[in-house]
Amino acid sequence: MRNVNVELITESVKKLCMDANYFLGEDVVEAIKNAVGKEESPLGREILKQILENAEIAKNEQMPLCQDTGLAAFFVELGQEVHIEGGRFEAAIQEGVRQGYAEGYLRKSIVEDPLRRKNTGDNTPAVISTRVVPGDKVKITILPKGGGSENMSAIRMLKPADGEEGVKSFVVETVRKAGGNPCPPIIVGVGIGGSFDKCAYLAKKALLRKVGSAHTDPFYAAMEKELLERVNNTGVGPQGLGGRITALAVHIEAHPCHIASLPAAVNTQCHSARHKEIII
Amino acid sequence: METKQLVTPLTAAEVEKLHAGDNVTLTGYIYTGRDAAHKKMVDLLDKGEKLPFEPEGQIIYFVGPTPAKPGQVIGSAGPTTSGRMNKYSPHMIAAGLKGMIGKGEMGPEVAEALKRFKGVYFVATGGAAALIAKRITESEVVAYEELGPEAVRRLKVVEFPVIVAQDCHGGNIYVEGVEKYKR
Repeated sequence: MRNVNVELITESVKKLCMDANYFLGEDVVEAIKNAVGKEESPLGREILKQILENAEIAKNEQMPLCQDTGLAAFFVELGQEVHIEGGRFEAAIQEGVRQGYAEGYLRKSIVEDPLRRKNTGDNTPAVISTRVVPGDKVKITILPKGGGSENMSAIRMLKPADGEEGVKSFVVETVRKAGGNPCPPIIVGVGIGGSFDKCAYLAKKALLRKVGSAHTDPFYAAMEKELLERVNNTGVGPQGLGGRITALAVHIEAHPCHIASLPAAVNTQCHSARHKEIII
Repeated sequence: METKQLVTPLTAAEVEKLHAGDNVTLTGYIYTGRDAAHKKMVDLLDKGEKLPFEPEGQIIYFVGPTPAKPGQVIGSAGPTTSGRMNKYSPHMIAAGLKGMIGKGEMGPEVAEALKRFKGVYFVATGGAAALIAKRITESEVVAYEELGPEAVRRLKVVEFPVIVAQDCHGGNIYVEGVEKYKR
């Protein structure tokens, strides 16, 4: 067993919260630079340039890329040879969020009850998904998720007979209906299979993949390529004002499912596609 | 691209010259408000009471900024989704407001109010929050401080970059732009 103290977890999470919100990933920056060359709409090009300039300012001044610094979603891979000492593991992550959002001057966007809606004041609780994996390391990934893009997400329990085209139409329709609301150009996370809840989880997890990388399964790589083209043919464009570039990428995560089911989920991610990870 | 430079507050005559797709910069004072503040303000109007600021000719920016770091005027301050204000904006426009700034399409009830009272809906680039913060030179809370990021602020802006999304002639870039580029 390897001992990991909760203080190290809290310290690491605090830094992840700030770094994720100040520094846009190089893969996303590259994808937007490429998009400027492909965009036919003059307004669209103007918007893409503003997004690039924004990322520069945020980086240089260490200020949030977007005022919606998100719900802090975490994907944790906890090695089964790790012994967490000094306190509770999840409490340590929550404390890191509390400190990171306070000291990083990030917005507190969480209400303590969905109907009674009082702000918790410290952006907790974070949503944490933990998997126990082989090894003696802890991998913590933060994905601060903005409300505007999260709200345009959708899940549908398709019939197996709806097949591949059923899933594709659902994805394209979801992006078209979302229009400018999720802050395009977006990254489209698609979950296919699993159960009702697993499918939504997969759609979010798909957002962590490097933008521009192809799926390892050639079948899904081809489906992603086709979906990206169809999504971009909607004409929604940057910020929904019309244009060629509606999405920078479509990422699919598939999973075995029940003989009677074909769940599909779409998690829309704005261009401020923030995530950072650390391996402890 | 050609850019129209406007100074706030706006007049009906200025609003009438604006068309969906126009590139505009705004200079002068604007006000902020989002869901919670709009609910409070529209409740005041329903009761026949005065708003926390004189709305005639003014513009409301739908924004909930991040906290300012020491030495900053304001934190990151990009637009939030405007559709959530569909219910409130027609009342604000009827009370004299001339414009809103946000992101995403606004509903038919807002489009109708823009036509009837000569108003305009601008969009700013969602997620360009650090860039926009650089165009804000003063920020002062004028009402509902208890709402934190949702408080109503008066901002002084200099060449704030926006695009006319929905105009007083029924023009709508969300419809026209998408139609133009879809395949």
